[in-house]
Amino acid sequence: MAFALPLAQSDPVIPEFGRGSSCVRDPDALFCWGWVKDNWSDTLQPALLQHIALTLIAIGIGSAIAFSLALTAHRRGWLTTPVVVVTGFLYTIPSLALFQLLVPFTGLTRTTAEIALVSYTLLILFRNMLAGLAAVPAEVRDAAIGMGMTARQLLWKVELPLALPAIFAGLRIAVVTVISLATIAVFVVNEGLGAPIYNGLQQTFSTELIAAGGLCVLLALFSDALLVLLQRAISPWARVARR
Amino acid sequence: MGAGGTTMNDFTDAFRFIGDNVSLLWHLTLDHLALTGAAMAIALVVALPLGVWLGHLHRGSFVAINISNIGRALPSLALIAFGVALLGIGFVNVMVALVVLAIPPMLTNAYVAVDGVDPDAVEAAQGMGMTPTEVLLRVELPLALPLIFAGVRTAVVYVIATATLAPLAGASSLGNVIVDQATYRLPGVLGAAICVAVLALVAELSFALLQRAVTPRGLRAGRRDGEEAVPPPGEGRRVLVRYANS
Repeated sequence: MAFALPLAQSDPVIPEFGRGSSCVRDPDALFCWGWVKDNWSDTLQPALLQHIALTLIAIGIGSAIAFSLALTAHRRGWLTTPVVVVTGFLYTIPSLALFQLLVPFTGLTRTTAEIALVSYTLLILFRNMLAGLAAVPAEVRDAAIGMGMTARQLLWKVELPLALPAIFAGLRIAVVTVISLATIAVFVVNEGLGAPIYNGLQQTFSTELIAAGGLCVLLALFSDALLVLLQRAISPWARVARR
Repeated sequence: MGAGGTTMNDFTDAFRFIGDNVSLLWHLTLDHLALTGAAMAIALVVALPLGVWLGHLHRGSFVAINISNIGRALPSLALIAFGVALLGIGFVNVMVALVVLAIPPMLTNAYVAVDGVDPDAVEAAQGMGMTPTEVLLRVELPLALPLIFAGVRTAVVYVIATATLAPLAGASSLGNVIVDQATYRLPGVLGAAICVAVLALVAELSFALLQRAVTPRGLRAGRRDGEEAVPPPGEGRRVLVRYANS
């Protein structure tokens, strides 16, 4: 349980320049490509992969919970307000605090990190899915029922496809948010890009944190673009409708 | 940690820690709020006039809308770390990082709010002979106020949350206790985490009430929470920007 986190202003730390990279010659340089090359495979790449895993698990579980809640709330309207209040409450708690408040329950584990990350996806995913379903025009729904569709066919063939843009909007925001917040998970579990950032924060050598922070931003922007392409691929009809 | 009984004890100890350290926590809360207030004051002065002005001109939508996506993608821990690498440690440097994080949601919401004011209302105002300044001050701003305020609320809660990381860059806030488990042990960490959570929730609620108070009566009807989608980044006229708090 002892988990000491020395503060940034504590004793000066001797810079760790990685294994014999060119940075040794110029320790004052703000950024050093040589270090990134030398430490890619044993520091940055594992952290990046862990970060992606943290994100995918959080988004997967968060989507499953939020979407089942939204489907239920779509049929039973009274559920909306309590879900929005509870998920909104979770959404407001600062992540560093939420991670720590979960520690007595789940310890310094990946589970703790995932619970907190999942809780931040719920509000966005739930609201957007519900709004997408609610925005399906009544005439379209009537027409589908008139054609003899069952409730299940109505949902899968009409309502969900029409709600896709709103659902994807929520997914994009949730993914970018989780990628950014997953760095804070370093305070409970030494995984993801937060680890090299935090490590870099305790040194005067800045390449590590700039590289890791930059990777995190790039990962967020790349995932966002990927989701846009995915949305286009699975909703070909929307391309025609656009001006 | 672990099973029920000890978990309860952890939280009992946390509340005991709060009780025993009221003056320390109060002192740190004031530091926390000073940091938040200073960052918000600067960010407000930069973001709101710029957002409102761009929205009034209906120009610069790409930048004004996408800046909040980039802002959301910026990990606050990385930004504080960049700040330390570039500027060194201290109150001012943490404040600069917080200003950078607070500007995007306010700028985007101010832009979208003013840009999205019903064109018919603006045209009617122009038809009545209002000058562009009058249109801005007497029609666009009142109608845009709730959404502008939503951006301010998002930013305040976000900055309060991020100010928790301040001790990593040598400034004082409630985070001092949270990141220093070696000194304060688990009860202290939990107690301070509870204080930060309460601070964020109080800010969120009071700004929600304020937002309702500044909403013109004609706009209040109808909109139920939970039925409004957050539009995809870069699209939609009404972008309600909310951040999860780091």
